[in-house]
Amino acid sequence: MIPASFDYVAPTTVEEALAALAQYGDEAKIIAGGQSLLPVLRMRLNAPEWVIDLGRIDSLKGVRDEGASILIGAMTRHCDVATDPLVAEHATLVARATATVADEQVRHRGTFGGALAHADPAGDLGAPALALDAEFVIAGPAGERVVPGSEFFQGLFETAVSEDELLVGVRIPKHTGWTAHYEKFVRVAHQWPICAVGATLKVSGGVIEGAAIGLTNMGATPLRAAGVEAALVGQQATEEVVRNAAALAADGAEPPSDLNGDADYRRHLVMVLTRRAITKALGG
Amino acid sequence: MTAVDARPEQTNEIGRDRRRKEDARLITGRTRWTDNINLPGMLHLAMVRSPFAHARITGIDTSAAEDSEGVVTVLAAKDFDESLGVCINAWPITPDQKTPAHPPIAIDRVTFAGEIVAIVAARSAAAARDAAELVEVDYEELPAVVSLEEAVKDEVLAHPDLGTNKSALWVFDSAQAGTGGNVDEAIASAKSDGIVIERTYRQQRLIPAFMEPRSVVCDPTGEQITVWSATQIPHILRFAFAATTGVPESKIRVIAPDVGGGFGGKLQQTPEEMIVFAMARRLGKPVKYTETRSESLLSAHHGRDQIQKLTLSATKDGQVTGLKVELDANLGAYVAIVGGGVPVLGAFMFNAIYKFPAYQFNCQTVLTNTTWTDAYRGAGRPEATYAIERLMDELAAEVGVDPLEIREKNWIKHEEFPFTTIAGLTYDSGNYEAATAKAKEMFGYDALRAEQAERRANNDPVQLGIGISTFTEMCGLAPSRVLGSLDYGAGGWEHAQVRLTPTGKVEVITGASAHGQGHETAFSQIVADRLGVPFEDVEVLHGDTQIAAKGYDTYGSRSLVVGGEALVRAADKVLEKAKPIAAHLLEASVDDMEFTGGRWTVRGTDQGMSIGELSTAVFAAHNLPDGVEANLDSEATFDPENFNFPHGTHLCAMEVDTETGQVKMRKYVCCDDIGNIINPLIVAGQVHGGLVQGIAQALWEDAVYDDAGTLVSGSFVDYLLPTAADTISFEIDHTTSPATTNTLGTKGVGEAGTIASTPAVVNAVVDAIRPLGINDIEMPCTPERVWRAINSAQKGA
Amino acid sequence: MARISMRVDGMKVTDDVEPRTLLVQYLREGLGKTGTVIGCDTSNCGACTVHLDGDSVKSCNVLAVQADGCEVTTIEGLADTVESDLHPVQEAFRECHGLQCGFCTPGMIMQSVDLLKRNPQPSEEEIREGIEGNLCRCTGYHNIVRAVQYASGHLATAANPRGATEEVDAL
Repeated sequence: MIPASFDYVAPTTVEEALAALAQYGDEAKIIAGGQSLLPVLRMRLNAPEWVIDLGRIDSLKGVRDEGASILIGAMTRHCDVATDPLVAEHATLVARATATVADEQVRHRGTFGGALAHADPAGDLGAPALALDAEFVIAGPAGERVVPGSEFFQGLFETAVSEDELLVGVRIPKHTGWTAHYEKFVRVAHQWPICAVGATLKVSGGVIEGAAIGLTNMGATPLRAAGVEAALVGQQATEEVVRNAAALAADGAEPPSDLNGDADYRRHLVMVLTRRAITKALGG
Repeated sequence: MTAVDARPEQTNEIGRDRRRKEDARLITGRTRWTDNINLPGMLHLAMVRSPFAHARITGIDTSAAEDSEGVVTVLAAKDFDESLGVCINAWPITPDQKTPAHPPIAIDRVTFAGEIVAIVAARSAAAARDAAELVEVDYEELPAVVSLEEAVKDEVLAHPDLGTNKSALWVFDSAQAGTGGNVDEAIASAKSDGIVIERTYRQQRLIPAFMEPRSVVCDPTGEQITVWSATQIPHILRFAFAATTGVPESKIRVIAPDVGGGFGGKLQQTPEEMIVFAMARRLGKPVKYTETRSESLLSAHHGRDQIQKLTLSATKDGQVTGLKVELDANLGAYVAIVGGGVPVLGAFMFNAIYKFPAYQFNCQTVLTNTTWTDAYRGAGRPEATYAIERLMDELAAEVGVDPLEIREKNWIKHEEFPFTTIAGLTYDSGNYEAATAKAKEMFGYDALRAEQAERRANNDPVQLGIGISTFTEMCGLAPSRVLGSLDYGAGGWEHAQVRLTPTGKVEVITGASAHGQGHETAFSQIVADRLGVPFEDVEVLHGDTQIAAKGYDTYGSRSLVVGGEALVRAADKVLEKAKPIAAHLLEASVDDMEFTGGRWTVRGTDQGMSIGELSTAVFAAHNLPDGVEANLDSEATFDPENFNFPHGTHLCAMEVDTETGQVKMRKYVCCDDIGNIINPLIVAGQVHGGLVQGIAQALWEDAVYDDAGTLVSGSFVDYLLPTAADTISFEIDHTTSPATTNTLGTKGVGEAGTIASTPAVVNAVVDAIRPLGINDIEMPCTPERVWRAINSAQKGA
Repeated sequence: MARISMRVDGMKVTDDVEPRTLLVQYLREGLGKTGTVIGCDTSNCGACTVHLDGDSVKSCNVLAVQADGCEVTTIEGLADTVESDLHPVQEAFRECHGLQCGFCTPGMIMQSVDLLKRNPQPSEEEIREGIEGNLCRCTGYHNIVRAVQYASGHLATAANPRGATEEVDAL
């Protein structure tokens, strides 16, 4: 219940944070909202010598309109993302998924960037970010660089952010007018999803003009169901089209087997959930 | 006591929804949990626990830990003598039971993951934990036996020195007992001309998971050694300290302050309590140990974990003729305080409310390299009730009739009470017809059956199932003589005292030790009525062996039906003692006195005195009759002559999503008969909470070990307790068949919901998908299990 | 050691703490605010819920240093005494028998207060989802939901704590 001892630093700027990272290197852990890190420290599954707290860096908080995209600051809390008007309008799927993260208390502390940088394959935000073609803004000693989602998620709890870097924000191209639904499957409410599907669609005159589908906990990283998307785009939004497209959801996925379900069950489940996510996104 | 018995009924308090006296301190955060206690100079303990299920300890190096900041000492088993004590098994179920010795600290071998190997004492809990990480224990791993199926083969032994994993075989046979016929003959006969249903059910392992982690504080610095513990059993714990450490009971005071839930899980004499006691004595300083949740899930005793092999025989039209039960029960690594007896309690309940002409119960208890098991809400009775209520559904399906019809055909009719069952118990009262009729009406049974038929006809992806559980249970532990006949190492009476203060207030002392049940409120209502004093003037004291010197504590739905009756008798003695004093002061004949309207009055006049007034008069003692002592205080010990048999009909509707296997509760209705009710609000709370614990066994909870004996579901992340978002609102009601074995006519309610709900839920899940040819889903009914059953049924079709 | 200052239940405090000190430890051990309790080590149970700058948080999942400069309200800050001036949510829990052992109660009340602040008239479903981060083992949640309904002023529709259909008596 009590973490091992560590030293603590709370920089107030990104530059200070990067300096701290440069100084303490692999002996440091970054704490954002801390909702995933602190349980790990309490159970002593990790014992860093330094903890660098980003909570005092105000420039990393909030959502900004950048014209063609919105930028969600890494330290924006889940509760603020879930209720943010820009997110609701231009990245509806993110708003929907964020509202389902853990519970209210956790959403009051946990942050958008912290959850993504933690890269838990069962986390709710990776799949929507990936589906919406989010770009990850990473600050490092050499300045900022931007990586697409396909490169950001590299493996189980692994991202493109290296030891001397920080995720500072996530840029999401505006998906204005896209409808969205995040279909999450749990046994009890406070559980990580066994599997979840984020679907967001642009429909015009009954024709699906755009489709983005992200899958949660169907592999070591969040996945994008490209086959499903391809089967939807340009088609009439009919039940049959949706059903046939959703049947492709498990293609290429290598889901885990654990207490809550074996891989083959998850492969089945993701098809059902994809159909439902699309149907609900279509207003059904 | 004719005068008391003849007094008019006073129903001012009993039956009233009194808001609880306990609540003010709990809702404001101003109460005392054991972990809140902070004494000057107090030291904190951390435990070093084995990561292995079975291993030889080949070395313990404490040097780095001893050198750690703030550490007072680091000790292992070798550092203690026999004054450390042992953990006792108080219920050897057979004379030849194999009972491995259970030292609080492992000596040279660990037998389950989580067993304590070494102890750190330090000036803070953090320092103790830091040092515990530095203790180096060398283990030589031994083969571990984890599952019941493997353990009964005796190929790998949990305790090699015992030569077997089989601890005890306990058998009841109706032919031998003279209560009925030969079950094998009944089954053979049904095989040729009737119905035989054979099933194997698994009662998965559960963890009580009380919300307050266990905590113990021991202060050895006074005249007495004072122990605070988050326990259900302060009295039994004091006895266990005395019996195993050599410290006389008179030198030990055990206090259970506010205790955050137990559900049987705090009905234990734990290694942690023994260690804290020993460390405090050794160091001469107050010592505290509070477990983490992970430690709690790992090492506090678990419950259930049985495999039930069942054979039920019946006539072709569904009249039951015999029931044979072959039970394997997983004890874990040690036989806990009543661990072996828990499955044996089920022996009396498999026959349930039904009239079986032949019955046999065989219970094999088995040792494994897992956490010990013991009482968990219901203790033996939920397992039995599950089995028989599942079987009745299977029989109904076989006969092709409504499951309610098959039950009615076989249950004891209300005019047949009192009824002696095939298991030898005499049910004093009940009315299964009335409870069922009421539940059916509340449920809208016929409409839901119609909806079910419609969904089936439409091949709806979401199917509807209706589950039934017409349960009874034996509670109110327990007649001491019966416990003696079962080789239980203690009695089952309860003690109560009623004391009067000079200002006319009443102190009630009970040996029942509450941990959330609301004794302070319900017992106040009983005494207020009995003595004619205001509810507010009654103070209930409990959970401290210094104040309530005698008692058998709280478990087995016994507090009200045993402890409440003791209280009634003590209160009645107060009235009897007050009577001659009242007569004297009112200058009337004792024969003319009657207790009416809460006062001793002179019959036919308006002259009278209240207990409060009499109490003040006795305190002054200026004018008492000759030879009468100046004391109204009274005590009573009540030992019930029989158990107590609540019953009820529970109906559950479950929706099963056949595409995902997800199940969802649609409606839950129950009509319980728990006799007369003291406080309906508290009763409702007990039922609601019990229901969710039983539903959780059906749907969510499962303590899973891997093959190596590691508890995989060792935190709340994986051991799934339901939240508010996973449950629904319930509709509950009651019928009333007063118990005939206590004055108040009450029956226990603490375990009823848990016992009844598990089979109701699983019956509903199975009912939803039975047309596919499915007749069982193993608990917990996970989406994956349900989906696999449906998937393979559809493939087979 | 790190120096922290905050206002806890109206009281201004400054202390030196180890950086690893959890907010709940600081409250319990440093300030004697034992009304806030610890029920788990994975942040699932919510028993330690307090308000941090007006938002409910699990105080086991916040470092005391992270709360530096903040305003903390614990269950002990909702009512000044045990006898009077109860917060309406506290009163509702008592009225509706929304607690048994009482161990989850401080967290459950703090979360309910937060929920009602955001959504003064929640539906039953919203209540159930709003307290999904708090585990209770005694009540089956039935009467906790009733208590939140009672407190929310849904008096006419709040069901009797005994069942789901009757009206709460003594309203």
